[in-house]
Amino acid sequence: MADQSLIFARGLVKRFGDFTAVDGIDLDVAPGEAFGFLGPNGAGKSSTMRMIGCVSRPTAGQLRILGMDPVRDGTRIRARLGVCPQLDNLDPDLSVRENLTTYARYFGVSRAEARTRADELLEFVQLSDRANGKVEPLSGGMKRRLTIARAMVNDPDLVLLDEPTTGLDPQARHLVWERLFRLKQRGTTLVLTTHYMDEAEQLCDRLVVMDGGKIVAEGSPRSLIQNYSTAEVVELRFADGLDSNAQYAAKLDGIGERVDPLPDRVLLYADDGDEAVAEVHRRGLTPASVLVRRSTLEDVFLHLTGRTLVD
Amino acid sequence: MMTTESTPVTRAADPPRLRPVVAIVERYLTLYRRLWQASVFSSFILPILFLVSIGIGVGGYVGSVEGVDYLSWIVPGVLVSTAFQICVGESTYPVLGDFKWVRAYHAMRAAPVSPKDIVHGHLIYMIFRVELAIAAFLLVVVFFDGLHSPWALATVPICALLTAAVVTPVAAFAASIESDSYFALLFRFVVIPATLFSGVFFPVEQLPAAIRPVAYASPVWHAVELSRAATLGRAPGWPILVHVGYLLLWAVVGLIAARRVFARRLED
Repeated sequence: MADQSLIFARGLVKRFGDFTAVDGIDLDVAPGEAFGFLGPNGAGKSSTMRMIGCVSRPTAGQLRILGMDPVRDGTRIRARLGVCPQLDNLDPDLSVRENLTTYARYFGVSRAEARTRADELLEFVQLSDRANGKVEPLSGGMKRRLTIARAMVNDPDLVLLDEPTTGLDPQARHLVWERLFRLKQRGTTLVLTTHYMDEAEQLCDRLVVMDGGKIVAEGSPRSLIQNYSTAEVVELRFADGLDSNAQYAAKLDGIGERVDPLPDRVLLYADDGDEAVAEVHRRGLTPASVLVRRSTLEDVFLHLTGRTLVD
Repeated sequence: MMTTESTPVTRAADPPRLRPVVAIVERYLTLYRRLWQASVFSSFILPILFLVSIGIGVGGYVGSVEGVDYLSWIVPGVLVSTAFQICVGESTYPVLGDFKWVRAYHAMRAAPVSPKDIVHGHLIYMIFRVELAIAAFLLVVVFFDGLHSPWALATVPICALLTAAVVTPVAAFAASIESDSYFALLFRFVVIPATLFSGVFFPVEQLPAAIRPVAYASPVWHAVELSRAATLGRAPGWPILVHVGYLLLWAVVGLIAARRVFARRLED
C-alpha cells in the first residue's frame, strides 16, 4: 500500500544524458523494515539512493517518500531522513562532537538538545572518549560510525546508508554491523546499499538484487537463496585451473543441479555437497582443493547475472 | 546499552526559511573559532605592516597626496584591499574544498538545507569575518592618527557591500570549477590587477587614460573611493549613488550566479 510505505516507487527512472542509471524500478519499503539494494558497482544503487534522499530528481516514474513528493516536498522529507553517504563528508576541522552538534542545527534542533543528543549518540557508536578529539586521526571505521551517529541526530524516520562498510577492515565492519543491528532491533527503518553479500545477509529483512539499473530479484536473503541457488555449493580448484576450468566443467556435467566455471575455480551447485564431492572423485578428477559451503547471496547474484559482485 | 530513544528530538513541523541559514553561519563560526589564529597574520598584522612600511616609509618620500599625508591617504586603500583579500581567500579554496574534498555542502544538502541557504550562510559569515578584521584595523589606525572624520564609521557598511560584491561572484566561480589550478588565473588576472590599479596606493588619475576603465570596472576601486571619502571626511569624486549602485549590481548578479551554480552542482 502506497499510503503506508515509507518508500513507494513505480517505474522509477534516472537518466544522465544517454546513460540510464536506474531503469524503471518498483519499490515498497514498510516502516521498521531493513531493506537492502544488493548489486555490483554501477548497478544503479547509489542513483536510487540519491533520489530517495531527495537530492536527485527522478527522470521518470512515480516516487513517494514518507508519503510525500520528493520534488515538491524535498526539504520536509529530508528533515525526517538520516543519510550516511558513501563518501565520508565529516568536517575534518571540527571536533568529533562538533560534527554532530553542527549537523543537528541544520535540522533546527536547539543547541542544548544538540549537545545532549550528540553525547548520547557518541556513546551509542562508542566514540565518547574521542568526543573532543579531531576527526582527522580517526580510523575509517570510527569515521563511518561517526557518520552513522550524525545521520541519527534528527531522530529520523528513515535511515539511508550507502555502502556503509565499503573500505573498512573486517573488524571495523563487524562493529558497524553490530551498531546497525541495534538500530534495526529498535525498529528504525534502514535502507542500505551494498555489494557485500554477507552485509546484506546480516542486516536485511528484504532486499532487491540490482544489475544494470534493473531489479533482477527480490525477497528475503533466505528466500532468494532458496529460489535461485542450491542449499550447498562445492568450490573446486584445479592445479592447472585457470585456462582449463571450462573443460573441467564439461567433465563435471550432471553433478548437482548446475556447474559454473569461473576463472579461478569451478562451482558445483548441489543440495548435498559431500555427495557431489564423492561423485567428483568417482569420475577420477583430482582437484587441488575442495570446499563445501552453504549457498550465499553471491551465488544468487552469480546465477542471476552471470557475474560476481565484487570485481 | 545506550539508548537514543530517551531523548525524542523536537522539531518544528515546517522550518522557517531563516533557520538553516543561521545553522550554516554557526558552522562557519565554529570552524573559525578553531582556526582564527591562522587568519590573524594575513587579515590583521599584514595590513598594519603595509601601513607602516608603505604609509610611513614610502610616505616620507611622497609627502602628501590630494592634500593629506600619504599615510592617511592609503589607510582606506589598505582597509578595502584587506577586506578584498579576505573575501577572495575565503571564497576560493574553502568553497571548492567544501564541494570537492570535505564535501560539507553535500552533507548540508542531505539535511533540510537548500543551496540558497548555503550561499546566504557563507555570505553572512564572510561579512562577519571582514567586519571583524576591519574593526581591528580601524582601531589601530586611530592611534596612527589615520582617520580624519567620524564618517570613517561608514567604512563598516561599505566593506559589507564590497564583501557581497566580491564573495558572491568568486564563490560562484569556485563552485563552477573542478580543479584548483583555475584559481591561479583568478589571482593573476583579477585579484592582483584589482589590488594594484584600484586606487589603493596611488590615485587612478596617475594611470594612462586607456587603463583607467580597468579601475572603474573594479568593485575594489568603488569601495576605495567611498572609504577614502569617509575616512578623510570629504565627498567622493563620483556621486555616492553611482559607487553604491555599481557595488550593488555586482552583489545582485553575483548572488544570482552563486545560487544557480551551487544548486546545479548539488543537484545530481
